[in-house]
Amino acid sequence: MQVGLQHYLVVSALLFATGLLGVIIRRNLLVMYLSLELMLNAANLALVSFSRFKNSLDGQVLVFFIITVAAAEVAVGLALIVALYRKRQSAHVEDLTSMKL
Amino acid sequence: MNYANLPWIILFLPLAAATVIALFTLGNRTLSALLSIGAIVTGFILTVAFIAGNGFHPAVSETSATWLSIGTLQADFGLKLDALSLMMLLIVTGVGGAIHIYSFGYMHEDRSMARFFAFLSLFTFSMLGIVLANNFLQMFIFWELVGVSSYLLIGFWFEKPSAGDAAKKAFITNRLGDFGFMLGILLVWGLLGSLNFGELAAAMKANPAALGTAATAAGLLVFCGAVGKSAQFPLHVWLADAMEGPTPVSALIHAATMVAAGVYMLCRIFFLLNADALHVISYVGGFTALLAALIAVQQNDIKRILAYSTLSQLGYMVMSVGLSGETPAMFHLTTHAFFKALLFLGAGSVIHGLHEEQDIWKMGGLKKHMPITFWTFIIGTLALSGVPPFAGFYSKDSILGQALAQHDYLLFGVAVFVAGLTTFYMFRLFFVAFLGEPRTEKAKHAHESPAVMTGPLVVLSVLAVVGGFIGITTIYNSQFTPDAEKLTVAQQLLEPLHNIVPMLLGIGAVAVGLFAAYTLYGRTESDPLPAKLGGLATAMKNRFYFDELYEATFIRLHDGLAAVADFIDRWLVEGLCIGFIRGGTDLSGRTLRLLQTGNLQTYAFLFTLGVAVVLYLMLGK
Repeated sequence: MQVGLQHYLVVSALLFATGLLGVIIRRNLLVMYLSLELMLNAANLALVSFSRFKNSLDGQVLVFFIITVAAAEVAVGLALIVALYRKRQSAHVEDLTSMKL
Repeated sequence: MNYANLPWIILFLPLAAATVIALFTLGNRTLSALLSIGAIVTGFILTVAFIAGNGFHPAVSETSATWLSIGTLQADFGLKLDALSLMMLLIVTGVGGAIHIYSFGYMHEDRSMARFFAFLSLFTFSMLGIVLANNFLQMFIFWELVGVSSYLLIGFWFEKPSAGDAAKKAFITNRLGDFGFMLGILLVWGLLGSLNFGELAAAMKANPAALGTAATAAGLLVFCGAVGKSAQFPLHVWLADAMEGPTPVSALIHAATMVAAGVYMLCRIFFLLNADALHVISYVGGFTALLAALIAVQQNDIKRILAYSTLSQLGYMVMSVGLSGETPAMFHLTTHAFFKALLFLGAGSVIHGLHEEQDIWKMGGLKKHMPITFWTFIIGTLALSGVPPFAGFYSKDSILGQALAQHDYLLFGVAVFVAGLTTFYMFRLFFVAFLGEPRTEKAKHAHESPAVMTGPLVVLSVLAVVGGFIGITTIYNSQFTPDAEKLTVAQQLLEPLHNIVPMLLGIGAVAVGLFAAYTLYGRTESDPLPAKLGGLATAMKNRFYFDELYEATFIRLHDGLAAVADFIDRWLVEGLCIGFIRGGTDLSGRTLRLLQTGNLQTYAFLFTLGVAVVLYLMLGK
């Protein structure tokens, strides 16, 4: 069986859905953060596949950007979570409702 | 020399004085007073100069500038200069000037004297505006300005609740009349298409039926303005209460000028009045004269007696206008301005000398302590009563003559009776307040007023003596009946002899009134009338219960209407309409607030759901 673009895209969509489900369902901030990374990489996978099958390097360039930005984002995000944990002694979203009226 | 611009200066000088006082010199009492007095005295001098240069009928009888122009309505701001307005100008600046000077003495103790003079100048400006106006709109504006400034002056001692109430009463009562006046002006404008007095007169001359069936209504509506301002029945109730103001104000506004505005206005627009309207006017005037004279008989407050006497004399003037006698009306207005201002200022001098005592039964024996006030007051009393050859005799005689000439014997009888009553109540006041023995400690220690107050009294008393025969009728005749012959002073002195019936009856009424007053009040310690007249005297004392009647009817009715309006506003407008909108907004706000959970994951879920919906709508078909 020839592995085609559609197979890659289905894997990418499955990864994305898993990540989204994790973000919505899980209560631990760190796990939510991992799921978020999963969603990013699902997008990366889709971009790389398009690049491979369309014979264009644009998608790969975009992926490099995303990886760079994601690295920065992880640094900031983890720092925030650590800071939050130190302040509240908790990393559970149920405890973080100070924005509620 | 024609000094064409002088009247503009005369008009605006008092306004300038009022503005300067209000903005800059409120802290300096004497300077403020001098500014105000200077403005009106300069006005008087300029008026005399203008008349000397141009006579009473200037070649340029009207100067005007377009003030605003909207569609077919063109409103001018202009001055009308003829014998009528120039004579009024002399009265307002002349008598007014004397009163201004007197006020300097009378108000000297008052700490807000500067404010008083600012108001006084504002009033003078407004009054001059009425006198000089060449069209209805301008006259109405100044008419209202006079109302405002009289409100300010009556309520000058606003710390006293009675003064505040009197000011409100005067203003609101005047507004009732002014409403009719405004309707009348609009009616005339709608039918004749002009507001200018000259153009209106020409239109009425060209076609006397120009007002058609609305002629009577228009005349009476315009007359409403005079009813309010000149305090005729049924709007007469404000004038007596207006005595709460300082006495110079009573002299200026409620004797010499403001209340004369109604009569002046009627003479100015006389061409608009048809026979029916004139008939009503004459009877309203006659009734007011009688009513007010009866009330005056039983008042004990020196200023209130003079106030009701003013009402009564205004009734004479209005009656005279109604009998087509503009010259007698204006003649009486002029002489009345002299002697009534004199009497009020004299009363002010007495009140001042007795430390704010106004009850005539607490005075007495003032001849020794206040000689100048005493002698000038007796001149004023004689003039008002109509004793020959004082001014009031001539003007009252001409009104009686006019009534007889019009064959209105009822009004003639009323006028003669009122002449008797006038003498009676004035000499009652005079005997009780000035003669006999002092009745109280205050009266024993009365002191004469300073020269700045007695000076104007002397000047006015000279006018009250000679005012009847120095040619005032000639000037008015030149306006109203140009073909009347011009009389010399000696002829004027003997003029009443030509019409012997009114003269004899007038003098007879005066003699009866004087005799009755002397018999009853010549030497008495208390008022003998209540015992003799019983209920009638009580009714007179209580002003025939007009205030109570209005209280029970109009004011009660008005309160009822106000309660209904309050209910509509509070419950229907505020409750139902505004409450519904406010409540609806509030409710939807509270509902929408529930969506704000503060839960990050709910937001993420809803966000995803939204993206899914968008994607479906864009790609799913």
